[in-house]
Amino acid sequence: MKAVYGLYADPEAAQRAVDSLRAASSELNFKAQQIIIVSGEPHEGYEFTDSHVTSSPYRWAVLGAAVGGTTGYLLTTLSQKSYPIHTGGMSLTPTWTNGIIIYEMIMLGAILTTLVVLLIGAGLPNFKGVITDPEVWKGKILVGVVDPPESSQAELERRLQLAGASQVKQSAGTL
Amino acid sequence: MQRTAEQIEQDLLRPLFHSSGKYWVAVAIAASLLLAGVAAFGYQLYTGIGVWGINSPVFWAFDITNFVFWIGISHAGTLISAILRLTNATWRRPVTRCAEAITVFSVLIGAIIPLCHIGRPWLGFWMIPYPNERHIWPNFRSPLAWDFFAISTYLTGSTTFLYLPTIPDFAAVRDAATGFRKKVYRILALGWQGTPRQWQRLEIAMHIMAVVIVPVAVSVHTIVSWDFAMTPVPMWHSSIFGPYFVAGAIFSGIAALILAMALLRKLLHLEEYLRPIHFQNLGKLLLTMSLLWFYFTFAERLTAWYGNSPPEMAVFWESIRKQFAPLFWTMVVCNFIIPVPILAIKRLRTITGTAIASATVVVGMWLERFLIVVPALEHKFLPYSWGTYRPTWVEDTLMASSFGMMALLYLLFSKFVPMISIWEMKVGLQPHGGSPVIATADRQHHGLVLEGPLPTDVAE
Repeated sequence: MKAVYGLYADPEAAQRAVDSLRAASSELNFKAQQIIIVSGEPHEGYEFTDSHVTSSPYRWAVLGAAVGGTTGYLLTTLSQKSYPIHTGGMSLTPTWTNGIIIYEMIMLGAILTTLVVLLIGAGLPNFKGVITDPEVWKGKILVGVVDPPESSQAELERRLQLAGASQVKQSAGTL
Repeated sequence: MQRTAEQIEQDLLRPLFHSSGKYWVAVAIAASLLLAGVAAFGYQLYTGIGVWGINSPVFWAFDITNFVFWIGISHAGTLISAILRLTNATWRRPVTRCAEAITVFSVLIGAIIPLCHIGRPWLGFWMIPYPNERHIWPNFRSPLAWDFFAISTYLTGSTTFLYLPTIPDFAAVRDAATGFRKKVYRILALGWQGTPRQWQRLEIAMHIMAVVIVPVAVSVHTIVSWDFAMTPVPMWHSSIFGPYFVAGAIFSGIAALILAMALLRKLLHLEEYLRPIHFQNLGKLLLTMSLLWFYFTFAERLTAWYGNSPPEMAVFWESIRKQFAPLFWTMVVCNFIIPVPILAIKRLRTITGTAIASATVVVGMWLERFLIVVPALEHKFLPYSWGTYRPTWVEDTLMASSFGMMALLYLLFSKFVPMISIWEMKVGLQPHGGSPVIATADRQHHGLVLEGPLPTDVAE
């Protein structure tokens, strides 16, 4: 994986670059999905940062909590029924105390699911084909095209420059 | 001059690549304490648990005190950080990671202590509640089994809560480092790039984690309190213990956080980031918790005194007037008499002032845990079973080494991870401080804008 990209000092310039690349995608023979944007911090209020989350992580967390709670319920009740200790006539599967275990399992389920959903949703871990630049951590925003057609590289560089890039570079996409 | 993103990155990555002599002295002191504890533990393993002062009727003493104390300290981080995140308190940014790291390490230390207590730590896996061939089936009615689940969940949640927002910073270190260090951070960063999709996912995940971790944190210390409250021992069998322990945990946790921040500020030269305003704000929280602690302590003892039940009054007077009175009144002085004036008077609520108040609170809260455990066990319901407890040098050393272990883990962590979230500090530089409702003047008031004159409109 390689990329041609520009580094932008502010999000307005990055937005211009993204708009310019999108407008030129069919002309320069690449797909909009090949456009890459990388920044050292999240930016809010710009079109290029708009919602990319199609599935709801909140729903997944609730589902994970339900699975955790069910696991807790089965762990406690099945264990207690498999090894019935003498309880002096009291409940073999006490709701109050089992509830504490179930509660913790609900929370654990939600935590683990959130972690997994984040990793999958963010495409992590990913050690191949990572486009990055040390300048990103100094406040620059990277906007570029991944695997652009050879024939359109020069035009891409020109457009990135026109949008206000402080630098235009090429990357091999390795860490 | 206001700092730029580049300067923030340089400042916060510097401690990872260069350390001062003071830092290494602190590491050496902490390591020495830990080694002393390892030696004492080795002696205990070789000789047997009899080298501790515990005996009938006091089977829990320093170890459970340390356990409750460290689990309490753990409330500093994740809980405070989560609440500050949820309320979008922008001044939290330099504070959260310092706090979250305290949680992870103190829960870890808290979890190690029961292993020391069981005498044969290699059989520690027997504590894990699973059906097995030994016919020691898990008893889910036992608060100790609840502890296992609560602490495991809290440790998992806290570690995740610490790790997730650190991933982008690991990526920053990865791109700044070379050689072997780069390879390590490459793995830790998981290939993070910083695409809008990744940022959005991370922020949503952190929001969910913050929502989940608050009730988990509250449940953990409530369950620790139930280790006592579910036992028919005078002064323990009380419904106030849950909230009392949670309040005490947050109290000691904030104190530990302030101490850690004051230490890091000096050792890592983070004066520009951990500013007086952060100590002021945390000082106000500590003041609130000090008042709350006093309220709970008074309410708990008032109820016992008014009930006038002989077994409870035996413990009550032992604490207040007799054998444990020096420790009790030292606790009151450390948790209330000293910190309240320091924290209430703005002139005294300086970095030094809050650090002094926090140091006394840490001592006071350790004493509080000790005073909950030992006097009650020494004076149970039937006077024929009364006894005394004196800690031995082995217990003293293990207690001191737990502090050494905490300091060592924390210092080493600061050598490998930026102690202030770089990307969150950069968000603070954005026109609205990363929050659409926070105006620049507010940001300056909250210590978010690091230096420099007010914007023209505000100055006018």
